Amino acid sequence: MSGKKNPEATSRPSAWVIWLPLALFLGFVALVLIGLLRPADRNVASALVGKPMPQFDLPPALPGRPGLDSKVLTNGKPHLVNIFASWCVPCRIEAPQLGALARAGIPVEGISVRDSTENLQNFLSENGDPYQRIGADDDGKVQLALGSSGVPETYVVDGKGTIVYQHIGEIRPEHIGLLLDKLKEAEK
Amino acid sequence: MSRFVTLLLLALGLVAAVPALAQQEQSTAPYAYRQLDDPAEEEKAQALMETLRCLQCQGQSIADSDAPIAGSMRSLVRERIAAGEQPEAIRGWLIERYGDYVSYAPRITSLTWPLFAVPAVLVLLAFLLLRRRFTGKSGQGEEA
Repeated sequence: MSGKKNPEATSRPSAWVIWLPLALFLGFVALVLIGLLRPADRNVASALVGKPMPQFDLPPALPGRPGLDSKVLTNGKPHLVNIFASWCVPCRIEAPQLGALARAGIPVEGISVRDSTENLQNFLSENGDPYQRIGADDDGKVQLALGSSGVPETYVVDGKGTIVYQHIGEIRPEHIGLLLDKLKEAEK
Repeated sequence: MSRFVTLLLLALGLVAAVPALAQQEQSTAPYAYRQLDDPAEEEKAQALMETLRCLQCQGQSIADSDAPIAGSMRSLVRERIAAGEQPEAIRGWLIERYGDYVSYAPRITSLTWPLFAVPAVLVLLAFLLLRRRFTGKSGQGEEA
């Protein structure tokens, strides 16, 4: 319709505007590439880090071993709270590291999730037993209350019962230093 | 002959026992695979479960997932609904622990409001631009 008008005289887009769609497209490609090459971290961290441990009182998972009452975590000393299960393969991988931490004098408390006494006993006799107390979280409610999204997970809790750090996944040898640092921080 | 029958029965018994064993570690939470007796409550629980993310198989809702933790979450939702808690309070409880990621229902927060505002702004902008295009050309010749 505007054919009779002189196109030169009306609105010719300035030089940089011509490149704008290409630049947008390249930006989009860069975004896709970043997403492809560096996939996002899919771990769901607990939102309770820095907050007090929720109150719970779990019954003993093994005969002759106390269960886990959250009051124990406020006794003035830092603790490791390890969420684990006999059916969890990475839990076997982290067992030696937990054993080393326990031998270093750190109280390791266990929450055993959706497990049976027999399986748990087998697991501990095969992989070692670093736990002072083991609470049986049969329906997984305490796991949910702690904002834990899988096994194994390990919480560093300071002497006042505040969660200072959450380790997601198995503890490998290279993580021990970091955990010891966090425990030392928790002691202050 | 009778020995054969006993063997056969034993074999059948074993076959029947295997699924029961496999289910053992699935979930020990009471309402993971059991609906609430009150249909109205179950409906409420179901609606909420469909909008909560399974933390292990993250594309699924806890209503769709067979992961053990999803079973625990279903049981938690059903038990709390049965105890009279409001669905949004349960969602809030989970968000407090897992962050917004656990919920599929988007919330407007200081971080997310542009997601809702930008499309509205774009539509408004497009409307203004188009109006100028259509009306500015020949004055009143708007109708086709």
